Amino acid sequence: MTKTFSIGGIHPDKHKITSQTPIIDAGLPEYVYIPLKQHAGAPAKILVKKGDKVKVGTLLANADGVISSDIHSSVSGEVVKIDDVQDALGYDEQMIVIKVEGDEFEPSIDQSADIVKDITFSSEEIIQKIREAGIVGMGGAGFPTPVKTTIPEEKKVDYLIVNGIECEPWLTADDRLMVEHAEEIVIGAKILNKIFGIQNAIIAIDENKPEAIEVVRNVTRRYVGVNVRVCKTKYPQGGEKQLVTAITGREVPSGKLPIDAGCIVQNAGTVFAIYEAVMKNKPLFERIVTVSGDECAKPQNFKVRVGTPASFLIEKCGGLPDETAEVIFGGPMMGQTIINLQAPITKLTSGLLLLSEKETHRPDMMDCIRCGKCVDACPIGLRPFLIGICVRNNMIDELKNIHAMDCIECGSCAYICPARIPLLDFCKLGKIEIRKKQKGK
Amino acid sequence: MDIIVSDIIALGVIAFLSAIVLYFVSQKFKVEENPKIDEIEQILPGANCGACGKAGCRNFSEACVKADAESFKNLYCPVGGAATMKKVADVLGFDAAVKEETVAVLKCNGTCQNAPAKISYDAPVSCRLANLISVGQSGCPNGCLRQGDCVKACPFGALSINPETGIPQVDENKCTSCGACVKMCPRGLFEIRPKGKNGQRVYVACSNKQKGAVARKNCKVACIGCMKCTKICEQIKVENNLSYIPTTVSAQEFGAELVKNCPTGAIVMTGAEKEKIHD
Repeated sequence: MTKTFSIGGIHPDKHKITSQTPIIDAGLPEYVYIPLKQHAGAPAKILVKKGDKVKVGTLLANADGVISSDIHSSVSGEVVKIDDVQDALGYDEQMIVIKVEGDEFEPSIDQSADIVKDITFSSEEIIQKIREAGIVGMGGAGFPTPVKTTIPEEKKVDYLIVNGIECEPWLTADDRLMVEHAEEIVIGAKILNKIFGIQNAIIAIDENKPEAIEVVRNVTRRYVGVNVRVCKTKYPQGGEKQLVTAITGREVPSGKLPIDAGCIVQNAGTVFAIYEAVMKNKPLFERIVTVSGDECAKPQNFKVRVGTPASFLIEKCGGLPDETAEVIFGGPMMGQTIINLQAPITKLTSGLLLLSEKETHRPDMMDCIRCGKCVDACPIGLRPFLIGICVRNNMIDELKNIHAMDCIECGSCAYICPARIPLLDFCKLGKIEIRKKQKGK
Repeated sequence: MDIIVSDIIALGVIAFLSAIVLYFVSQKFKVEENPKIDEIEQILPGANCGACGKAGCRNFSEACVKADAESFKNLYCPVGGAATMKKVADVLGFDAAVKEETVAVLKCNGTCQNAPAKISYDAPVSCRLANLISVGQSGCPNGCLRQGDCVKACPFGALSINPETGIPQVDENKCTSCGACVKMCPRGLFEIRPKGKNGQRVYVACSNKQKGAVARKNCKVACIGCMKCTKICEQIKVENNLSYIPTTVSAQEFGAELVKNCPTGAIVMTGAEKEKIHD
């Protein structure tokens, strides 16, 4: 029986046109731009200086505090600049600019294609390796993985859920990764099983990925303690809280994390990175990116080095047509429209979409007709229309009372609204205002 | 017929008894209110804008009546201005505090001409939302977003978007310096400054904190933090590549020289005759 979460959800068009396209190496750009903040928490502290020679995998900056992450070089070459560079949204951000020379790896990295199956490390060693590899949640939030895998003593993990849902339209990065690297992901799940001392890993896959389901299922038959569960296609199935509900029937309490419901959710991409970090000593410096969209001439799945400018990938896919209205980092539902094509791919960028006016146009907002569709669609069970009203009238205390902070910013409300009210934007703004007020106190 | 008569009698008796009860209750729980509160409230503008720091005009007049001669000097209605405060002071028999008249100024001159749009904006018309989405059309991370949230926020209709420049302009006569625009602008571009003698005031019409070369790329009239103005007047400070002219700097004394020497034209002077500056 296929499973899904209980309330809300929508069914946007899938557009998974690249699900049959194999992952290819994007190659090396001339310069890479590596931001110091590619994760939730504090920016990393720089260790290199201008003129330093670095190799692939050299530590460039180390974590500043507990909630932060190490950052490694994704190319070999020379550090030419450490300065404020425009990021995807046009704001200044400190980045390390490296001029690419050759492709020399750090000697500790195992570059062979062999699959290492025996887990000989203790759980402390594994967490240490994950920390040193600078792994963060690659689903988009970028929460540092070592923090997530260090379980407080009073809490207990019952399930490990590997998130292979990828509910965003267009994106197929996790889909292709599961098809081509199923065994590595299963071993990655076994590694996490070992940390938590459980035999209960579940790889959750959407039913619209039949190839991935078959391949991963065949692999899991050979491993104990890792199973595949097929989930019904519905957006936002890939949200942590929705996935916990879908798989276990438990609900994550308001303001709490999945661990409070006895679950740990890790993205399939993160699990693959954990495998590479633990078994191959490979830090997180590359990821899979889907370049797609209705304006994209040659949609592809790329293996991309972190820091590669977006324009480099666009060129690889046949350039930027004049009709392109928006270029988006991530998926169309939760992603960010970028205004700077030189912006680098980070650890969190799962897709690069070139969309036409038809797909992206936002008609003028009309008055709310009280149809209640947003309430139906909200997977958390909030009242988005009310959040919109409170934000527009600056009623910050009210916002807190109607649990605006529980919003996961999935955008289902804005997608479904017949009056075209930008409810998602209001929710985001409301959350910022609440945080501002809390800080002020 | 009987039933009507008995009803009238019963209701009459109830009404009479209730009247007696209400009379005694009202005597017992009577609240003495200073009649001056009503009197002052009549004098106040009645906009209930909250610019004075109180919840509304009624709240402000209560505070005035409670205040003594010293603490009254801290109360000021910026909307009514000196004239209103004089009247209020007369009612209470205090001396009115003398305060300079103030007005809101926009610390950005990123007009469509000075800072041309690089991207087209296709999203809800709201500065607060535009600020979340991206850096803005001009590419300046501190500049005006041109969506007019301040215009909607102004309770006195003193702000309007100039269709030619694309940025809001302040109507000096209507502006009461209530501060609604200061609170609303997501980039904090408004400042309440003294009107100055003959409406002459000098200020830096820029909020950009980027390095000079980067700032100029997006906007012709950006402050580049060149420190030239600090040499003319010592009170002026440059922080984060951005100059700030304190309100104490006299526009008559330094204004013309500052405007003349600013290499980008970020320093603006109002109320001055242009010929005099460019002699």
